[in-house]
Amino acid sequence: MKIAVCIKRVPDTEMRFAIAANRTSIDPAGLKFDLSDFDGYAVEVALRLVEKQPPGEVVAITLGPDAAQETLRKALSMGVDRGIHLAAAEVPFDGLAIARALAAELKEGGYDLILFGRMATDSGNGTVGPMTAELLGLPCVNAVSGLELAEGRGTAQRELEGATETVSFPLPAVLTIDEGIARPRLPSLKGIMSAKKKPVESRPAALGPVRLTVDVLELPKERAAGRIIGEGPDAVPELIRLLREEAKVL
Amino acid sequence: MAFEGVDFYQLDTLLSEEERAIRDTVRAWVDQHLMPVIGECYIEGRFPKELIPGLAELGVLGANLPEKYGCAGLNNVAYGLIMQELERGDSGIRSFASVQGALVMYPIHAYGSEEQKQHWLPRLAAGKEIGCFGLTEPDYGSNPAGMITTARETADGWVLNGTKMWITNGSQATVAIVWAKTGALDDPKSIRGFIVPTGTRGYTAKDQKGKLSLRASDTSEIHLEDVHLPKDALLPKSGGLKSPLGCLTQARYGIAWGAMGAAMACYDEARQYARDRVMFGKPIAATQIQQVRLAEMLTEITKAQCLALTLGRLKDQGTMTPQQVSLAKRNNVHIACECAREARRLLGANGILVEYHSMRHMANLESVYTYEGTHDMHGLILGQEITGIAAF
Amino acid sequence: MANTFAFAELRAGSARKVAFETVTAARAAADATGGGEVHALVLGGPGASAAAAQLARYGADLVQVVEHPALALGNPEVFAATAAARIKAGGYRAGFFPASAQGRDLAPRVAAALDLPLASDVTGFEITGDALIARHPAYIGKAVATLRLAATPALVSLRPGAITPVEQPRAGRVEMVEPALDPAQARVVVTAVTDRGAAKLDLGEAPVVVSGGRGLKAAENFRLVEELAAAFGNAAVGATRAVTDDGWRPSTDQIGQTGRMVSPALYVAVGISGAIQHLAGMRTARVIVAINRDKDAPIFKVADYGIVGDLFEVVPRLTEAVRKAREEH
Repeated sequence: MKIAVCIKRVPDTEMRFAIAANRTSIDPAGLKFDLSDFDGYAVEVALRLVEKQPPGEVVAITLGPDAAQETLRKALSMGVDRGIHLAAAEVPFDGLAIARALAAELKEGGYDLILFGRMATDSGNGTVGPMTAELLGLPCVNAVSGLELAEGRGTAQRELEGATETVSFPLPAVLTIDEGIARPRLPSLKGIMSAKKKPVESRPAALGPVRLTVDVLELPKERAAGRIIGEGPDAVPELIRLLREEAKVL
Repeated sequence: MAFEGVDFYQLDTLLSEEERAIRDTVRAWVDQHLMPVIGECYIEGRFPKELIPGLAELGVLGANLPEKYGCAGLNNVAYGLIMQELERGDSGIRSFASVQGALVMYPIHAYGSEEQKQHWLPRLAAGKEIGCFGLTEPDYGSNPAGMITTARETADGWVLNGTKMWITNGSQATVAIVWAKTGALDDPKSIRGFIVPTGTRGYTAKDQKGKLSLRASDTSEIHLEDVHLPKDALLPKSGGLKSPLGCLTQARYGIAWGAMGAAMACYDEARQYARDRVMFGKPIAATQIQQVRLAEMLTEITKAQCLALTLGRLKDQGTMTPQQVSLAKRNNVHIACECAREARRLLGANGILVEYHSMRHMANLESVYTYEGTHDMHGLILGQEITGIAAF
Repeated sequence: MANTFAFAELRAGSARKVAFETVTAARAAADATGGGEVHALVLGGPGASAAAAQLARYGADLVQVVEHPALALGNPEVFAATAAARIKAGGYRAGFFPASAQGRDLAPRVAAALDLPLASDVTGFEITGDALIARHPAYIGKAVATLRLAATPALVSLRPGAITPVEQPRAGRVEMVEPALDPAQARVVVTAVTDRGAAKLDLGEAPVVVSGGRGLKAAENFRLVEELAAAFGNAAVGATRAVTDDGWRPSTDQIGQTGRMVSPALYVAVGISGAIQHLAGMRTARVIVAINRDKDAPIFKVADYGIVGDLFEVVPRLTEAVRKAREEH
């Protein structure tokens, strides 16, 4: 099986950050960067599929500045076979531009499966995967939480609101992977050392026009300070009163 | 919350990308697998042996030994970072890795025959065999030269007799590296090393109960009564006290890094607690006493980090001396003990609960202060190096 | 004066709440750009056209309906092809989709098919003749981006719950249309849609969400949370990541940065400390109530009303009081 996984280098979302002086991005100073969470699940799914049914190859593709190659190496250290870096000084907010560049790269790749994380934890758009599928004219299943493949076809589960949808699709296909399907493996020490020796190609990203841009990025408005209204069960009547009369939610 | 390390002097910029990645992966492993169970293991007095396969798979065991024997083939700074991250979790788990790597796999690699290496090293790296190091005896701790365990040569092999004590992994080990005198009891030059499968008749191990330190670690007494071994149980290139001491130098190097991990964990815990704990209307982090306490901890940790990193680069260069290791082990363990204790005090009453880590580290570090050469012994090793006069 | 497009999502033949939100948004956009018509698109099994009347209530002038047996459970490729064809033919100023599970699959595909950018998961917007400015939570809720969409039609997917549906009845003329793709040609086939716990209200739609965290100490104690939710009558039960990781609750109940993001009118956090990744999932709730025994727990910083106390004592009392309050209402 030949599987491509499209991954993104994002800041570690547990950390506090500040808005950069240009007011349209975050200040990278002091931040740690890593593979986006959902992309980690996608890499793990790809590795397990190839391990279960060898032979196979997993290729990681990333779009971004040179620093993005670190993230390719993280994927390589997990067991991915080779990496492709589509170089772009800045990753645009316009998912369609990214999808265009990825589709151009993926088109002749002969992949059985193309995986994405269901969304990047920085932009939070979740659009690049399905857009890339559409540009490639491939079937797409979004936010997969369960997956089985057999003889050129796949069955996937995805979570709707309050229900689970089961979907059948042919290969080749594009899938975006949700949490819960597989915990990403930690890179082994040997994996880290061998990552250096695996091939990484770099070429410019063919983004095309960018038509969705960030005017302003800001920190969310602080909620107005609330208050502790009392202690223990005796505070309950006052809470009911406030919910009813002040907040008007009861 | 995931541990983010302590790096006031940006020593991360002096590490290679691989060294950082290695450190990060072990850090994440400790967060995911060790931290959820360590408190419980410590209270129960149980080593979490179910974690051994995971550790082995990660490649942590004997990590600085060559790839041709199934090991990760890492440099010594990377090895140190691994010890640091393991001990950030618990000294017991780092002790396990130190013994397996530096005290069992290392002597086989340094003093063993090619057959012994080919047989044992890959299995030990994979965690399929667990090893222990039998040097210390009930009456011979700081003075291993005085050991009374004997190895008598026979027509077809060796017979070992003796008792070893304070042996990490002693009860769960499948193989023991035992040091014994092959000649007269007053002749330390006759000390040689032996590979002893623990299933051999005459080998028994007994858990040492009642420990108030290193509770999440297997510490045992082992007893050898007429243990018959074949000729090829001998580590052929071993000879004299310098052989086990050579192993100890390896382990002590790892401990100089490991102790820092414990200190970093305690400092990090104290720092966060100081910010969250509000008393008299403000966080205790706003008080002068706690600020100076934290400043002392950070200063000592930073110095220790600079020491360890420099030592690691010397070791990789091939010029590191045992006395240099003594200085780092002695200093770094000492400051770690201080950090743990001060952190525990900053935590107040909460600091005596296992839910917080500082007191567990504090108790563990007392063993680390004492083993692998006590603090005082390393002072004398340095004293001899400085003055040329042995004052033991 | 230009028209706008709204994709109306159905479940089991009935319009979902997000459909009304989408139509409301399309109505607001049309009004802001000269007062054109709102055209809604509905695809479903036989009888789907019944949803048109509901959509008209919220401002749809025209409801185009595709009814086909193969579409009863949904059909991603037919939906995407049809929506793209309708938008292409319609000359709209803007097109709105819900950023629901279905919409997050649909909207990007439609956008790419039309070579148009998409502002996804939008919580608010303004539209003028040339530009659509949208607000979008980024960095898992830790930042808000103001986006500029420079294309016509401007395609937007709306975060469920962000737009309040407004009843403003219009004609809602129904027009039956053909699917743009023969369902027999669709490669991705939905073979089943199974309800997860029939009686449970979905977290994204429930007006009240009651969530439990580690403070509950054990899985069986979640019944306290369930009882409180039942007392409200219209509440869904959520959980923190710590609790779903431990298997006390299914991962689909997890509220937080990698789980569900919810915006209910009332969010009650029981035994939850308020870790950043959990706050990211619920901080946009209108009113937040927190019950925790630690007065320094971070949750109290975002809670409008907090009770410091033992939840095992407070929650049963609260359940009783809520039940009584609702009976009296």
